[in-house]
Amino acid sequence: MIQQLFHPGLVAELGFALVVLLTLTGAVIALRPRNILYNVLGLALCLTGVAGLFLYLGSPFIALMQLLIYVGAICISIVFAIMLSRPLHLSLPKRRPAKVGLASIVGILVFMVLCSVVTFTRWQPAAVRGNDWSIATIGRYLLTRYDLVFEVISLVLLVAIIGAILISGYARRRPS
Amino acid sequence: MVSALGPDVARIVVGLVGILVLVQINALFLVWLERKVAGHIQLRIGPKEVGPFGILQTLVDGVKLVGKELITPRHVDRKLYSLAPIVIFLPVLVSFVVIPFSKNLQVRDLNVGLLLIFAFSAFNVLAILMGGWAANNKYSLLGAVRAVAQNVAYEIPLLLSVLSVLLWTNSLEMSTIVKVQAKVWNVFWMPLAALIYLICATAETNRAPFDIPEAESELVAGFHTEYSGMRFALFFLAEYSNMFIVAAVATTIFFGGWQSPPLLNFLPVPGWIWFLLKTYIIIFCVMWVRWTFPRLRFDQLMNFSWKIMIPAGLVHLIVYAGIIKLIR
Repeated sequence: MIQQLFHPGLVAELGFALVVLLTLTGAVIALRPRNILYNVLGLALCLTGVAGLFLYLGSPFIALMQLLIYVGAICISIVFAIMLSRPLHLSLPKRRPAKVGLASIVGILVFMVLCSVVTFTRWQPAAVRGNDWSIATIGRYLLTRYDLVFEVISLVLLVAIIGAILISGYARRRPS
Repeated sequence: MVSALGPDVARIVVGLVGILVLVQINALFLVWLERKVAGHIQLRIGPKEVGPFGILQTLVDGVKLVGKELITPRHVDRKLYSLAPIVIFLPVLVSFVVIPFSKNLQVRDLNVGLLLIFAFSAFNVLAILMGGWAANNKYSLLGAVRAVAQNVAYEIPLLLSVLSVLLWTNSLEMSTIVKVQAKVWNVFWMPLAALIYLICATAETNRAPFDIPEAESELVAGFHTEYSGMRFALFFLAEYSNMFIVAAVATTIFFGGWQSPPLLNFLPVPGWIWFLLKTYIIIFCVMWVRWTFPRLRFDQLMNFSWKIMIPAGLVHLIVYAGIIKLIR
């Protein structure tokens, strides 16, 4: 009975549409509103949607890591930084047309490059999906097949740490 | 994942209904228990008027909360203000999906189950932030900022302690983690990890002595000061459900899950009773701690995490990794 009510394929399709909608809405919210806190929450929503896309790509591990790291750590630290910096009730700076134009051009360029990469790459068929989810296997793959990804993640964190040190260093040197 | 969603949607629907019922009953029971434990520790008897031993007290409280008006103060940020209670409550429901109540009583046994619980606990902080900021009130904002600082600080040692367990059990699947402990519970292998986990879990659920985000005497109620009626109740429901999840995870990864204690194997008691018993004993201990220790000061709280818990967690992880490497 319930099987007839909810056809599995239909549920999956609806879920996918929902996830895409979530990602796009998040992206728009991350760009449009002038309130910076809304932007960050939009980013969190967008990343949650991307985690959903990873689920549909058959990679729950990456999806959950995405939630854990991007939503749980990075978005929250951004919000925290915002709360500790400029008071939100002050008047917002003006949106300069030159800046907006330049940002749109860069955005469109990046989008075009990504599109061309997607269309011109000769994609390899997906690797055989294993059922072995033990910690040892995940660790082995991170250090062999996916070591580039692993190193890039470390690089991102390194850049973030150096940036944080630099910013706090500037703040300390500035005469108060 | 999609294939996992496929053939038995019925199971998911039934599971969801079961989870919703469990969440409600759990909150009703825990509120009553909390007041009773508090009462007995403070040499009074707690609620006693409504029903025998006051067991209907929280039911009546619930009816009262439902009847209350939903007040939205004029200066709040409306969208975030009304969204926050929902955002705090929904992820809690997801976390219940992977909790193994017994060998067969589990909505879905994902092979990354434990990771799912930790990933979705992240939304908790985000919701607290939304609520605290949207309330447009100094004290709410302070409460929210405190909550974030505290959660970020205690998440690290929590994950470190869980990591040593994962190295030992070699799986993220909840049922496998339980099965590994068939002979010896993990708590006997790594008592220090269990201790670190329980301390950090207490902090993560904002329970005293770590209840700094809602310190009644300083911040009134912290991030949910401006909320009333059912919106406030949702925050409460989420807090008590989080307590349950945290205790259930502790039961699963340290205390042998649904398995009976080693010497009581002969008793014909179903697994889910052992599971609930262990979970509620842990919750009882957490409540006991709440009514025994005074609240920490904020700098003490931060120092405790960054200077004691995180180094302890790291050392524990390295030492146990070495031991496990030697044994295997």
